[in-house]
Amino acid sequence: MPDPMSAETQLQSAPAAATLAVPAAAEGEHTHALANIWTITKRELTGYFASPVAYVFIVIFLLLSGFFTFNVGRFFLRGEASLASFFLWHPWLYLFLVPAVGMRLWSEERRLGTIELLLTLPVTAWQAIVGKFMASWIFLGLALALTFPLVFTVAYLGDPDMGMIFCGYLGSFLMAGAYLSIGSMTSAMTRNQVVSFIISVVACLVLIMAGWPPITDELTWAPPWLVETVAAFSVMPHFEGFQRGVIDSRDVFYFLAVIVFSLFTTGVILRGHRAG
Amino acid sequence: MIKVSNLVKAFGPKLAVNDVSFTVERGEVLGFLGPNGAGKSTTMRMITGFIPPTAGRVAVGGHDLAEHPIPAKRLLGYLPENAPAYTDMTVHGFLTFVAELRGLRGGARKKAVYRAIEMCFLDAVVHQSVDTLSKGYRHRTCFAQSILHDPPVLILDEPTDGLDPNQKHEVRTLIRRMGQNKVIVFSTHILEEVDAACTRAIIIDRGKIVANGTPQELRQRSELAGAVALRVVGVPSATLTQKLRELPTVKRTLVLSEEPNATQVRVYPPSRLRDGELSASLFELALREHWKLSELKTEEGRLDEVFRSITLPDTTRGAKDDARPHER
Ligand SMILES: Nc1ncnc2c1ncn2[C@@H]1O[C@H](COP(=O)(O)OP(=O)(O)O)[C@@H](O)[C@H]1O
Ligand SMILES: [Mg+2]
Repeated sequence: MPDPMSAETQLQSAPAAATLAVPAAAEGEHTHALANIWTITKRELTGYFASPVAYVFIVIFLLLSGFFTFNVGRFFLRGEASLASFFLWHPWLYLFLVPAVGMRLWSEERRLGTIELLLTLPVTAWQAIVGKFMASWIFLGLALALTFPLVFTVAYLGDPDMGMIFCGYLGSFLMAGAYLSIGSMTSAMTRNQVVSFIISVVACLVLIMAGWPPITDELTWAPPWLVETVAAFSVMPHFEGFQRGVIDSRDVFYFLAVIVFSLFTTGVILRGHRAG
Repeated sequence: MIKVSNLVKAFGPKLAVNDVSFTVERGEVLGFLGPNGAGKSTTMRMITGFIPPTAGRVAVGGHDLAEHPIPAKRLLGYLPENAPAYTDMTVHGFLTFVAELRGLRGGARKKAVYRAIEMCFLDAVVHQSVDTLSKGYRHRTCFAQSILHDPPVLILDEPTDGLDPNQKHEVRTLIRRMGQNKVIVFSTHILEEVDAACTRAIIIDRGKIVANGTPQELRQRSELAGAVALRVVGVPSATLTQKLRELPTVKRTLVLSEEPNATQVRVYPPSRLRDGELSASLFELALREHWKLSELKTEEGRLDEVFRSITLPDTTRGAKDDARPHER
């Protein structure tokens, strides 16, 4: 890569040309995109851990996972060496915890006005959107990884299916990403984090309810094809496979599609705000 | 270097910027003047590519902002209004982050950050968190961010806002010094800054450019430009103004002060008179009447007067004129 400093110097001494050569030629555009995303991700992650909120969040996450797994999920009474009772609660656990992480993504940028700095630097909006999203996803991944003592516990108590556990973690991580991307979208809508949080919880709740059997079973009045179509948009049927230890490419695709769609919409909303 | 053509920005039915066109070349420091809400920030946000124009084009270094934003943004350094910065970072961390996004790596990045810290006098707060900084330091931190990559074009939105007089002076000096080999556009509503730092000024009012020229040229537009103030000892002001108004070179007189035995009067020439013609005729009159002339001074236009007269609605201007004391 050309040294940007020397390129700048050249540029200063060049006579006023019609079009100025720009440091960093187009050949490295892709590495640039990745470098920019990574720089933004790094900054966000450092930001998370610079405040006590991150540690408080992780502690709450671990406590709640433990509570749901052992008390509500009756881990010990099940008499099986699996993390089924752990993953079972994730859609609900995430319902409040993930929007709490996602709510600040863009509302904070808008409140501080730093969005004007970020988007006038030579980065594209999608690089910024992906960079910030990745940081929050990595953060949640970290919180999830810190539940590893559970894996040791079941391994100690019995002979669990490690493949199934891995699937559970993968599905849970993907689901967290889907919720987060929705949080990214709602945080772009407002500079008020509380409003962003509430909209995001409601949106995620809809995604859960649309395919949650206690709800869908009640919908006897609706034609089955309609119920099924709506349920296909829900996280529940797609997370279920992972819990059983099955990685279905359609489930993976579903979560990735939610992420891509929500991040794309984040971009549209941000552009709308800038256009006034 | 910067070419703005027929720029329009509408917020709903309101035109914040209405058909603004200008160009700025290297070596120019352009002052962007206007009352609050004139559309200065909106124009700058369009130049830096933060908001898209409703109509019109902006090109920086030949790169159209709408078509090739990234190459254009590489040439720009931008200090947004209110100097935003990430409050959860240290000054050093923040500058390093921006330098990295500017494509600076390794030694070049370290050098750039160090240089910006030095130029903006941030040494004392390098490792302090941004949210604990005083307003002046936060402002300069954001300023430092804009010059990290030594950009050929600098856009500064109210760079001296919220600074104390010493800091204001430092920033103006910095602008003037950097302006020698850069293009600088900065907005302000402080008129001394135009004289202190600009090679050219644009006055914008309610979204439209109402004046565009060197500070000298703008001053010429002042009513005051070419007027002469004189102080005469021992003549009653009534006699004085009557005699003065008989001169063909005098259009209007204004008594500035009446002391017990001296009167200070300002005389305005009719539209455009040759330089010195008015004062010459005043000397002649004083000689003829044996007036004791203790002072005679040709006024330079005053920017604030130009500013006021062209950025106020006509009705207000009339009212203000009527309220002037001693107008004859
Ligand atoms: N995002 C926005 N939405 C609606 N109106 C806006 C927006 N930004 C600026 N305006 C309006 O446009 C006008 C010009 O604003 P601005 O460019 O900030 O003025 P200045 O910087 O000269 O004080 C003001 O009347 C302001 O209220
Ligand atoms: Mg402004």
